[in-house]
Amino acid sequence: MTTTLNDLIEVDPAPEPPAKPVKAGLLDPRQLLRSVPDALRKLDPRVMWRNPVMFIVEVGAVFTTVLSMAQPSLFAWLITIWLWLTVVFANLAEAVAEGRGKAQAATLRSARQDTVAHLTDGRDIAAPQLQQGDLVIVEAGQVIPGDGDVVEGIASVDESAITGESAPVIRESGGDRSAVTGGTRVLSDRIVVRITQRPGESFVDRMIALVEGANRQKTPNEIALNILLAALTIIFLLAVVTLQPLAIFSKAYQAAAPDTAALDGHGVTGIVLVSLLVCLIPTTIGALLSAIGIAGMDRLVQRNVLAMSGRAVEAAGDVNTLLLDKTGTITLGNRQAASFVPLQGVDPEVLAEAARLSSLADETPEGRSIVALAGGGDVPAPASAQWVPFSAQTRMSGVDLGGRRIRKGAASAVLKWAGVRDAEVDEIVDRISSGGGTPLVVAENDRVLGVIHLKDVVKPGMRERFGEMRRMGIRTVMITGDNPRTAAAIAAEAGVDDFLAEATPEDKIAYIRTEQQGGRLVAMTGDGTNDAPALAQADVGVAMNTGTSAAKEAGNMVDLDSDPTKLIEIVEIGKQLLITRGALTTFSIANDIAKYFAIIPAMFAAVYPGLDTLNIMRLHSPGSAILSAVVFNAIVIVFLIPLALRGVRYRPSSASRLLSRNLLIYGLGGVVAPFLGIKLIDLLIQLIPGI
Amino acid sequence: MAGWLFVLTLIAALVAVYRPFGDHMYRVVSGTRHSAVERGVYRLVGVDASAGQTWGVYARSVLAFSAVSILFLYAFLRVQDRLWLSLGLPAVGDHIAWNTAVSFVTNTNWQAYSGESTMGHLVQMAGLAVQNFVSAGVGIAVAVVLMRGFAARNAETLGNFLVDLTRITLRILLPLSVLFAVVFMVGGVVQNLSGGTDVTTLTGATQHITGGPVASQEAIKELGTNGGGFYNANSAHPFENPSAWTNWVQIFLILLIPFSLPRVFGRMVGQNRQGYAIAAVMAILALGSVALTVGFEIHGAGTVPQAVGAAMEGKETRFGVANSATFAAATTLTSTGAVNSFHDSYTALGGMMPMVNMMLGEVAPGGVGSGLYGMLILATITVFVAGLMVGRTPEYLGKKIQAREIKLASLYFLVTPLIVLGGTAAAFGTGNASTALNEGPHGLSEVLYAFTSAGNNNGSAFAGITVNTPWWDIALGLAMLLGRFLPLILVLALAGSLARRQPVPESDGTLPTHRPLFVGMVAGVTVVLVALTFLPALALGPLAEGLS
Repeated sequence: MTTTLNDLIEVDPAPEPPAKPVKAGLLDPRQLLRSVPDALRKLDPRVMWRNPVMFIVEVGAVFTTVLSMAQPSLFAWLITIWLWLTVVFANLAEAVAEGRGKAQAATLRSARQDTVAHLTDGRDIAAPQLQQGDLVIVEAGQVIPGDGDVVEGIASVDESAITGESAPVIRESGGDRSAVTGGTRVLSDRIVVRITQRPGESFVDRMIALVEGANRQKTPNEIALNILLAALTIIFLLAVVTLQPLAIFSKAYQAAAPDTAALDGHGVTGIVLVSLLVCLIPTTIGALLSAIGIAGMDRLVQRNVLAMSGRAVEAAGDVNTLLLDKTGTITLGNRQAASFVPLQGVDPEVLAEAARLSSLADETPEGRSIVALAGGGDVPAPASAQWVPFSAQTRMSGVDLGGRRIRKGAASAVLKWAGVRDAEVDEIVDRISSGGGTPLVVAENDRVLGVIHLKDVVKPGMRERFGEMRRMGIRTVMITGDNPRTAAAIAAEAGVDDFLAEATPEDKIAYIRTEQQGGRLVAMTGDGTNDAPALAQADVGVAMNTGTSAAKEAGNMVDLDSDPTKLIEIVEIGKQLLITRGALTTFSIANDIAKYFAIIPAMFAAVYPGLDTLNIMRLHSPGSAILSAVVFNAIVIVFLIPLALRGVRYRPSSASRLLSRNLLIYGLGGVVAPFLGIKLIDLLIQLIPGI
Repeated sequence: MAGWLFVLTLIAALVAVYRPFGDHMYRVVSGTRHSAVERGVYRLVGVDASAGQTWGVYARSVLAFSAVSILFLYAFLRVQDRLWLSLGLPAVGDHIAWNTAVSFVTNTNWQAYSGESTMGHLVQMAGLAVQNFVSAGVGIAVAVVLMRGFAARNAETLGNFLVDLTRITLRILLPLSVLFAVVFMVGGVVQNLSGGTDVTTLTGATQHITGGPVASQEAIKELGTNGGGFYNANSAHPFENPSAWTNWVQIFLILLIPFSLPRVFGRMVGQNRQGYAIAAVMAILALGSVALTVGFEIHGAGTVPQAVGAAMEGKETRFGVANSATFAAATTLTSTGAVNSFHDSYTALGGMMPMVNMMLGEVAPGGVGSGLYGMLILATITVFVAGLMVGRTPEYLGKKIQAREIKLASLYFLVTPLIVLGGTAAAFGTGNASTALNEGPHGLSEVLYAFTSAGNNNGSAFAGITVNTPWWDIALGLAMLLGRFLPLILVLALAGSLARRQPVPESDGTLPTHRPLFVGMVAGVTVVLVALTFLPALALGPLAEGLS
């Protein structure tokens, strides 16, 4: 695991600047066109039924179509066309959102080749026939036939088919790097894999289903919002239907008033009633709601995170507590040399040179950091050097240069090798340990020169990032196997709110449970099998793709890049999804005010001329006013598709500031925009003769 | 100037009593020590004061109690001629008795009859006045249950209905009513058991001067936001509301409990600022409404108002325009429905304001209890819509607002438009609106007003329609019944649902529900979501009339 994390850090040395808005998927205009057939297919009432608001619009459109055929007029047909367009635009939003997932799914499908599985008992069967528990042999060049755990051997595996990352990864039996995914290719060596998937339920199958949104379920918040939208629809339906007897009464009272396209002796015409209804019900959010949800999942996919359910994405927005592994997330994967501490009487230069020589061949990050601290590796090592590699038995490494034998390593090992005991060394070693560092003792022959102080280096920018989290109301908790003193030192440096030292898997679960009992939602990442219970307990459990199958099963998200830092981004995406939903709902409802001012005078000014006072937009004619409102109502959906897909701009900040900002843009904007929009459309529409 | 002083002193008085009176009510509804009288009542009805009820049991208790009340009152009215103090009045007719029984039990106090010529003193005192107390008590109790729902954590029970009702009646309503009955007597409101006196006037005609136990009923009529007048003329009658200062006291009493209940809410949820926020929303809407009503009446369009400088028709000269308009706003902003002027005679737009006040759902500050629970549901809807904009799934006071809560809150908002608009459309559809004296927009307003008033349990009337026909009595009776008990059940269910939820601790990421921004949002949602539903209907009524 260390290697992988380290590699990642090499790729992305500094965390992205905090203010960076979550990246947007671009909306390709061609994609709109490509999605048109899908959008038309969705007009099927059995599909539309799932979206009550748009279903009502469709029913209304059918109704006006019939009326237009019975009594054709330009006005009637234009309204009818635009009502149909409203429905189509709504479907288009969903189709575009789904279309982006479909492209991804196609790439994944190509990874799911027909492979033959070589069972350990000698039989060869087709991959789809594999059962759970089957043992298969995979050799260099072959594709792994199904998801499973390596039970024998070690191999490098190309997982680019699912992660997009071309560098091969190591998979070996036992430990936390045993999981392999079907569809990936073994590049070297030979492994035996125990299949853990059920037929047809491989990771790739699940990914395809997820990105296509095939079995997308409405999330709890989406369900609640749908109920509210349905209720609003019913209320407005009621308001429109009950208007009819009142309109008939009013028209009868003012019998001398001329009949108009909106109102005659039989009351408000069906076309206009439907127009009023469609304009009042929350079509904007109704049209975009599912696209927002799909796009939220899609934004995760673009970051190589697979959420197993929309519920998890929503929960990510709600998270109160983030459990972050120290190593790789908060600190750089490895400890770095911070200083050389020479013993009394030892020239610091001598110690530094010895440390440098001993580490020249040490390719671990620790080794490289020692060389860097000692003045760089530009001075080449003597040719006669005999490298002594690190081993678990000796717990030290070093170099032999003729008569000079230099070693560095754990204090006890080096002191034993040198055959000395030194109180001063003990004192330095204790001091470094208690401060959260790791001491490496350096000795030449039988003389101890001093100690290298290795310490955890907190990734740059993390402190600011955690401060930001705090402002968003999220507590960060560092999980580490270090002793409490070390942990406290690093926690203070990184600026996390709390830490869990010497953490065992049980400690993690206990911590999560305590948080949850206080009503808080917890997010964490994990990769090992022993993380699985905690991942399952957490509200948002992000499993690393490098992790074990157990971990991947337990979590509700999988990060294909295996980057624990991404948890922070996941939270931001969750919040962005919810904000987009709220912003467009607010916008949609705020739009109603202007529409009333357009339609009500248009309907009744002929009967009660005084009502023309309400026509504050000074729209051209009753016909143009109603048509403009309907056209605006349809077009605004198309205009907002990119926003729905991209999500509204999100900057981490406190709830109050987010609220004032979004309320200003989407609340006030929602009130003002339709006044301008309807007026503009009216200016164009009045050019049509007869309207 | 006098008008300003009138309103400003009212505001000052309400602000002054907010804390002490709110705290008193909080102690009443949260106390566990019962007086001897209360214990006696519990023993009498056989209730264990410490046994909590789930929302379902609580709702059944409310419904059972109200059903018994309606039946009792109906029977009482039907046999009044055989009882004492009937003043020789006949038994009340069946459809009026039904309408009246429902009207008083639902805290509506719509009066399809004329008090002095229909009801004897015993029915007024032992029938109608009793309901003035307990129907107000029911409203407060239900609001308290909703507050408990917000305050509770993982709780199933929400208090005991009969205990709540008893304590609220004995410790809040009764003492204040006694006190203010005396105040009204001092102010000149009559209080006797006389059947009336016939006097010969200066011109030689005989005039019947009525008497009756008016002052004792007047206090609870306003305090409990009931509004049912002893006399037909209600608070415009000089024996009910003799002077400008008794008028001030009446408005103060109308607003006293509804405006102080947010304090109880704040205390209950442990954050007084939440109470202030709710009170602020109520105040903004109320002040806006009073300003508009008074403005329309003083600067109203029309030949006569322009000539005399204000719309004086239908108003008592001893109150004047501003004080009458303020009363009209107060009585419709709450569920009172008492009147001291004739709303039907208001300018078109001035008369629209009482309707709009009621259409808002009577939440600013609303009827006793019902106003607060209506407002809390509006706040819940606001939290749901706006709460998402802070990037969390919505929560109000730590309680997650999810499908069940939204379902109940949405249904709550469906009920009133359904009754008001459905009823109005039915009246026109069935031709029953033809009893309207006025045609055109004003006639439409009268019908719309009647159903708005009944559906929202207000009880005031635009008049102009003969409503004591069987159709109207039954239709409005149903409107009142459904308009009261459907929302009430939904509120109790919501309380039960909230109480079971584990609260989420507050953090910087939580939507703050006590800041001015949120206050403004709730006011905005109230106007946009609720009032706009009625705009098409209003356009054909008061707007058509007023903008012509």
